Amino acid sequence: MPAPIRLRELIRTIRTARTQAEEREMIQKECAAIRSSFREEDNTYRCRNVAKLLYMHMLGYPAHFGQLECLKLIASQKFTDKRIGYLGAMLLLDERQDVHLLMTNCIKNDLNHSTQYVQGLALCTLGCMGSSEMCRDLAGEVEKLLKTSNSYLRKKAALCAVHVIRKVPELMEMFLPATKNLLSEKNHGVLHTSVVLLTEMCERSPDMLAHFRKLVPQLVRILKNLIMSGYSPEHDVSGISDPFLQVRILRLLRILGKSDDDSSEAMNDILAQVATNTETSKNVGNAILYETVLTIMDIKSESGLRVLAINILGRFLLNNDKNIRYVALTSLLKTVQTDHNAVQRHRSTIVDCLKDLDVSIKRRAMELSFALVNGNNIRGMMKELLYFLDSCDPEFKADCASGVFLAAEKYAPSKRWHIDTIMRVLTTAGSYVRDDSVPNLIQLITNSVEMHAYTVQRLYKALLDDISQQPLVQVASWCIGEYGDLLVSGQCEEEEPIQVTEDEVLDVLEGLLVSNLSAAVTRGYSLTAIMKLSTRFSGVNRIKKVVSIYGSSIDVELQQRAVEYNALFKKYDHMRPALLERMPIMEKSASNGPTEIVQTNGETEPSVVDSKHPPPVSQPANQANDLLDLLGGNDVVPVIQTTVPTKPASAGGELLDLLGDLSLTIPPMTAYNKNGLKIDFTFERANPNPNVAVITIHASNSTEADMTDFVFQAAVPKTFQLQLLSPSSNVVPALNQGTVTQVIRVLNPQKQQLRMRIKLTYTLKGSPVQDLAEVNNFPPQSWQ
Amino acid sequence: MPMRFLLLFSRQGKLRLQKWFTPLTDREKKKVIRDVMALVLARPPRSCNFLHWRDIKVVYKRYASLYFCTGLEDQDNELLTLEVLHRYVELLDKYFGNVCELDIIFNFEKAYYILDEFLMGGEVLETSKVAVSVSMENADTLQETMEEYMNRPAF
Repeated sequence: MPAPIRLRELIRTIRTARTQAEEREMIQKECAAIRSSFREEDNTYRCRNVAKLLYMHMLGYPAHFGQLECLKLIASQKFTDKRIGYLGAMLLLDERQDVHLLMTNCIKNDLNHSTQYVQGLALCTLGCMGSSEMCRDLAGEVEKLLKTSNSYLRKKAALCAVHVIRKVPELMEMFLPATKNLLSEKNHGVLHTSVVLLTEMCERSPDMLAHFRKLVPQLVRILKNLIMSGYSPEHDVSGISDPFLQVRILRLLRILGKSDDDSSEAMNDILAQVATNTETSKNVGNAILYETVLTIMDIKSESGLRVLAINILGRFLLNNDKNIRYVALTSLLKTVQTDHNAVQRHRSTIVDCLKDLDVSIKRRAMELSFALVNGNNIRGMMKELLYFLDSCDPEFKADCASGVFLAAEKYAPSKRWHIDTIMRVLTTAGSYVRDDSVPNLIQLITNSVEMHAYTVQRLYKALLDDISQQPLVQVASWCIGEYGDLLVSGQCEEEEPIQVTEDEVLDVLEGLLVSNLSAAVTRGYSLTAIMKLSTRFSGVNRIKKVVSIYGSSIDVELQQRAVEYNALFKKYDHMRPALLERMPIMEKSASNGPTEIVQTNGETEPSVVDSKHPPPVSQPANQANDLLDLLGGNDVVPVIQTTVPTKPASAGGELLDLLGDLSLTIPPMTAYNKNGLKIDFTFERANPNPNVAVITIHASNSTEADMTDFVFQAAVPKTFQLQLLSPSSNVVPALNQGTVTQVIRVLNPQKQQLRMRIKLTYTLKGSPVQDLAEVNNFPPQSWQ
Repeated sequence: MPMRFLLLFSRQGKLRLQKWFTPLTDREKKKVIRDVMALVLARPPRSCNFLHWRDIKVVYKRYASLYFCTGLEDQDNELLTLEVLHRYVELLDKYFGNVCELDIIFNFEKAYYILDEFLMGGEVLETSKVAVSVSMENADTLQETMEEYMNRPAF
């Protein structure tokens, strides 16, 4: 068989291939030749073949059949063979392969070889890819070599020990004696690797850390020598002596000085010296300064030193070199929590970095800017950040938008400003806003009561411009549904009110329903908004039409909503105003039912669930205020939130519950009987919640004339919650010819004795009558 | 806190050297190479030399037609790593005399040997340029002796 072609020959040939297929063909041919050669156990050409195999492996072709050959090469006596064999082992073998353990014996022998370069190869291989088993077996040999006086071997042994410790931490103790005089070495290679070894040991074991603290003076001395010593050509890099060693020492000092006052004090001077004397014109000087700053910030340094460090970072920020600016921003981000005020001084430079062209720098600057926002600088910072949001790449928009919302929530100087900021984000980056922002924003808007008119107006105008950004559209539809009445009545105080008719509003909302740009979720929002407007607008017919059309929509969610709203129009019209009432202030605490659903179920739920809950207020606000005035009560609360059971029942089902089945276990009673007007109470229990008592009042009139404009009002003590539903009529016919009924729901969580104050107004024979009474004779079963 | 890997690749995306300091499967290695190469090659000319990929900081520098690229852990000093890459290039330059990509292609095993005299386990092994050159010369001499003896080139 002819001699296998030489490595360089092969490389030349493969490079002439013009296509991938041609290359593949050449490689396959050569691999076949190599395989036959391996089978023939040819010692002479083995290293040539393995070298070729390694080249092909680098091109991406499989080379696993060469693994055993590498082992054979390692076992050979020729240095050339060993060199290639160990290289092949490092490239083709790793601890996952079973065969790698076969190397252990060879390595052991080579660790004791007479030639230091062979020993070096063995140490290198062990230190790069030795598995835990190999490390356990060979740790003793490594430890022996760590104590040798041969600096070439000593430095390799040190890094090999580092690898052993990383793989098998329990073996750390074993290397402790050998570290005794490592730092007295003159050879920089040994010094450097020793510092790495000591660092590794200190990081892994607090005991070691305590033990090595005594080395601080020695380390300080070595560092000082490096700085003060004259030019040393061997280790010089742009005028600085051995920057690699300097940085490693600084890092070890950082670990030793952390949370230890004495050590920190011992290194104060040298750190100040390095910080002030290092040449900063080249990257290498800045690398050392960077490490120094990190060390100063981490140890218990005195405040003067800390200020020096932050100022160095500030100077870095102004450097032309992008790398240095990037590194400065990263470090400032780490220190902003602890040294907030010092970092604030550099705020304007940081904000300027937002305009940098480099993507990495922009990202860091953005993160740092958000960390620096506080109550004092919120207006200025937000202006910059919003400008950034406008012009930045899409990859930043989501994070920036979330950051803006968070910052605005924490530090907003006024509600108007807050709403404006939200509007700005929604209009400029509306499609990148995170999904969970929509419910949060809705809650925010609801709670800014005095801004409702302004908000809905601005959102409406935004919708007219652009309906493609879904989060914006969702928030806008919700608001229009909620505050549409304010919109058409032109009540806005903050800015010029716009003239908008009900039809125009409905046009916009219906437009959202049919538009291709709207997501399914958005359509749900707009349908519900349209429905809500039925109680806020005067013209209901158009809304009824829309709702009935969507009763046969293909989208199941829309269909369900439309069908239920339809039912609301047809069968439960008297419940409609109550159900679609204005939302109360929402608490953000987890205990409140509705908000909890908002957070777990995503966007669709808030509008759906909220509108289907029986409303917390059953009477218009002004009447409740009257009651307060009359009763002058501190102990009555006419307007309250209901904590409703959170099961997502359909509207029909809940209505059924309300009307309830008449369980007559509680005896009825007469609450009031005066001047011909008699009011009886009958009781039921609302099934899902045993704390709720459902009372139906029956008002009857024994006089000769009808009582018209009859209004019944009630108030309960603070520990109760009351809900009054619409009466059947407000005319009580004369001579007991009929009764007016009305349902009251009372929530009594503390099971206290039920008491009530009632107020009655009606007109009898043309003259108005008013009366107040207290009802105390509730049967015990009604509240126990 | 060591380096995780060191890659050398050309502008066309051809790998010239790969050194791994953590155990990864072949598949994982291929993924890292593919992703990191794509990220680095896509960078505009005057960007900063650092970028983020997964939980690794990637530091890269372009020398003529070759990208030198390494992955660092969070604690590492990026500026110093640039110096490490630069030192490696200097060592290659000293050894090959005005090194160019072709030298590294045709003598890839030497590039690995030089690397192994400079770094080990992801940490700097020798900080003196002279010491590394001397080691390489001596080891080559050891090898050449065998070649002379056998009267033919090593491979």
